[in-house]
Amino acid sequence: MAEPRPVLEMTGIVKEFPGVRALSGVDFRLFPGEIHALMGENGAGKSTLIKVLTGVYALDDGTITLDGQPVQIDSPLQAQQAGISTVYQEVNLCPNLSVAENIFIGREPTRFGRIQWNRMRKEAAELVDRLGLDIDVTAPLSSYPLAVQQLVAIVRSVGTGDSDGEGSGTKVLVLDEPTSSLDRDEVLELFRLMRQLRDEGVAILFVSHFLDQIYEICDRMTVLRNGGLVGEHMVSELDQVGLIELMIGKALDQLEGLHEHQLHSDVGETLVKADSLGRTGGIAPFDLEIKKGEVVGLAGLLGSGRTELARLLFGADQPDSGKLTIGGKQVSMSAPNDAIGAGVAFCSENRKTEGLVPDLTVRENIILALQAARGWTRPIPVSQRDELVAKYIKALDIRPANPEARVGQLSGGNQQKVLLARWLITQPKMLILDEPTRGIDVGAKAEIQKLVVSLSEEGMAVLYIAAELEEVLRLSHTIGVLRDRRLVARLTNGPEITTSKILETIASGEHQ
Amino acid sequence: MSTTTKTPTAPESRTPAPSRAATLLGDRRLPVLVTAGLFLAMYVAGLSRYQNYGFGEPQVFMNLFIDNGYLLVAAVGVTFVILSGGIDLSVGSVIGFTTMFTAWLVERQGLPILVVIPMALAVGAFGGFLMGYVIHNFEIQPFIVTLAGLFLFRGLCLVISKESISIGDPSVSSMAGAQVNLGAGFLSIGAIVALVVLAGAFYVLHYTRFGRRVYAVGGNEQSALLMGLPQGGTKIAVYTISGFCSALAGLLFTLYIQSGDPLHATGMELDAIAAVVIGGTLLTGGSGYVIGTLFGVLVLGLIKSIIQFEGTLSSWWTKIATGVLLCAFILIQRAMTTRKKA
Repeated sequence: MAEPRPVLEMTGIVKEFPGVRALSGVDFRLFPGEIHALMGENGAGKSTLIKVLTGVYALDDGTITLDGQPVQIDSPLQAQQAGISTVYQEVNLCPNLSVAENIFIGREPTRFGRIQWNRMRKEAAELVDRLGLDIDVTAPLSSYPLAVQQLVAIVRSVGTGDSDGEGSGTKVLVLDEPTSSLDRDEVLELFRLMRQLRDEGVAILFVSHFLDQIYEICDRMTVLRNGGLVGEHMVSELDQVGLIELMIGKALDQLEGLHEHQLHSDVGETLVKADSLGRTGGIAPFDLEIKKGEVVGLAGLLGSGRTELARLLFGADQPDSGKLTIGGKQVSMSAPNDAIGAGVAFCSENRKTEGLVPDLTVRENIILALQAARGWTRPIPVSQRDELVAKYIKALDIRPANPEARVGQLSGGNQQKVLLARWLITQPKMLILDEPTRGIDVGAKAEIQKLVVSLSEEGMAVLYIAAELEEVLRLSHTIGVLRDRRLVARLTNGPEITTSKILETIASGEHQ
Repeated sequence: MSTTTKTPTAPESRTPAPSRAATLLGDRRLPVLVTAGLFLAMYVAGLSRYQNYGFGEPQVFMNLFIDNGYLLVAAVGVTFVILSGGIDLSVGSVIGFTTMFTAWLVERQGLPILVVIPMALAVGAFGGFLMGYVIHNFEIQPFIVTLAGLFLFRGLCLVISKESISIGDPSVSSMAGAQVNLGAGFLSIGAIVALVVLAGAFYVLHYTRFGRRVYAVGGNEQSALLMGLPQGGTKIAVYTISGFCSALAGLLFTLYIQSGDPLHATGMELDAIAAVVIGGTLLTGGSGYVIGTLFGVLVLGLIKSIIQFEGTLSSWWTKIATGVLLCAFILIQRAMTTRKKA
C-alpha cells in the first residue's frame, strides 16, 4: 500500500481559536488508493484538521502540499478545484433541488450559458450507475432518506471536475462521520462505494467513532490527541485496545472497570408508572414502571419507537390513551414544562436542534433549565449561579473548562455534557437520556456511562436509550425491548440476559 | 438501503411507490397550479356575473397586464430575492424615487427620456447592489438592511422635491400612449416590457448556473457555501436584480401615471411580496416559480377589476381580499411543507 509519494501532505499545521490552540503542529499524509482513518477523542482536533484541509478555516501556520505542489486553500471552492472533496456528517446538499442538480450544481454542463438539462440528467444517471447505485436523478433530493442523500453527496464529490470529461478530478475524498446516523445495511452500502473509489485510486480520509468500522474498512490511521499528533499506524498493526490507549493517552483500566461494574441493587419504590399509555402513530399502548434508583434501558432498532416512548413520558407529545403516574400522583402533561415541574428531565438525541443553543455560552446553556423552572421573574443570584456552573463543569469534565465559551465551538462530546449538566442542575427525579453517547468518542462515552451509574446510585431514576445493545445491557436493571413501535418485552437484567438474547427478542417480537 | 443497490443483496421490500395524491401534494408545482386555478375560477366567476357589462371583452384581460405591468416587474425582482431566502422591503421606495428622479430630470433639467431611463436603472441597480453588499459582507438580516433602504429612498424623494412633478414632455406622453395591437386588443409598452422581463427571469432562473445558485442558496445557504458555490456573489446579485427591477417598475409606473410624486408606490413592496407568496414561492426560500408570481399579480389585479365592476364596493376591499388570500396561501404552504417532512 505504501506508495513512494503521498498525494496529500500536511506539515506543521497550527490552528488557534480565541483561547484554544486547536491544532499544534500536526503532520498528516495521505496516499492514493488508501482509506485512512483520522482518530482521536472529541476535541482532539479531527474536525479542525478537516476544516483546515477543506478551506473552511484558514490555517495559522504550516504547509499543505498536493501531489508534491504546495497549495493554499482559502475556501471550500478552492479545495474542490484542487481535488479535495468533503462529505460532512450533516448532509450539505440542497434538499429542494433534484439529485442530478445536487450532483452538478456549480458546474452544470452549459452551451452558450444555457444549462443543458438533458445532458446533465444523462451524465448524472451515468455517474450514479457507474458507482452501482440505483437512484432516480430527477427526483428531488428531499424524497430520499438521509443515507441515500449521503451517497449522493459522495457521488457529487466524485463527479467534481468531471463534467468536461477530463477524468475524475477528485484526488482526496474526506468523509467526516458519514456513518453516525446510518443503519447497518446503509453502512455496508457506503463501504462498498468507498472500496470501489479506493480501487479507482482515490485517497479517502475517513472519520468515524465506531472502532469496528475503522477496523473493517481502513488501511492506515493517524491518531490525534489534544490538538497534537500521536502517531501514524497501519490498522493491521495496532489493535483496538492499543488504539484507545493512544487516543485517550492512558491505560484502559478505567474503562475496563466499567465492564465489570455490578449493578447496584438498592432500587427504591416506584417513581413513574405508565398504564397503557399510548399515542396513535407514535407508540402502541404500553405499561412501564420505573423505580427510584433504577436504570431502565430501551433496546430496539432505529425507528422502533424508543424516542416516541420517551417523548410521551416527558409530555413532548400528548398521549391519546392511558394514564401516567409520577410519585403516586396521576399527572396530565400537556407540555414539557409540566414534566419539568414533576421532576422529569429529557436529554434529546438531537442535541443540536432540540437541545443546545449554540450561540449562547456554556454557562447560559447550563443555567437555562434551572432558570426556566424558577420562572423568569426570579433570577438566580450571580454568585450562586457561577458556583453551580463551575461545579458541573468540573464534575462532568467539560472541556474547555471555560463557562464563557460558546457552546457551538465545543466538540460533540462536550456539547453532550453541557446538555447533561443543564438537566442535572435542576436535580430531577427522573432523567431521560435519548442516545446520549451518539457521535461521541470512547472516553466521553465511558464518562457519561459512569455518570449514569453514579446518578442511579444516588437514587435517580434513569430511562436510557442507546443504539448499542452492550451499552444498554451494561447499565440497565430492566430492559424494555421495542419493535415496530410496540413495547414487546421487559427483561430483568441478570446473568442470563445477553445481547444475543435481546436481539432474539427484538427479532421474534414475542412477549416474554 | 436495498432501494439503492443494484445488486440484489437482500430481497427486502422496496419502498412502495407513493400514491398519486401524495405525489401531487409533494409536487413543487402544486402551489402555482392552485394559484392558476384560482385565477381561472375568479375570471369565470367574473364572466358570469358581469357578462352584460363587458367583462368578457379581451381588452379587459389585456388591461390586467397594462394596469399591473409595473407591479409584475417589481414582483419578479422580489421573486429572486425571496427564492434566495431573503426579503426586499425597499421596492416601493425605489419605485417612488424613480418616478421623482425621472420626472425631475425630464421636466426640470430637460434631459431626454432616453438618457434618463438608463440613469434611473443604474441608480436602482446600484442601490440594490449596496444593500446586497451590506447584507452579505456584514452578515446583517436583509429585513433590516432593506428597511433602511426603504427609508433612504423615500427620504431621497423629498430631497428632490416635496411637491409632485407632473410630466408634460411629449416624447414621454407618446411613449405612454403607445399601443401594440394584438388583434383582439392592445397592450401598452409597459405591459410588453413586463412580459419580456418575466420571460427573461424564467430563462435566467431555470437555464443559467446563476439561476440555479439562487435556488441552492435559498434551499440551504450553509450547504451552498460548503458545496463551493459563490453564495456571497449570488446574494449580492439577487438584490442588485431586485433594485434594477424596482427601478424599471418605477419607470413603468412613471409612464403609467405620468408624474413623479414623493408618495408614489408607498407600501408597494408589500403588494409585490404578497403577489410572490400567493404565486406559491416559499418565504423561506428555495422553492417557487416566477410563473407563479405572474399568476399572483394577475389574481391581485383581477380582484381590483372585479371590485371596479361591482361598482358599489370601496377600493379597500382589495386590501381585505388580498389579506384573506395571503393568509390562505401561507396556510397551504405550511400544510405542504409539514407533509413533506412527515
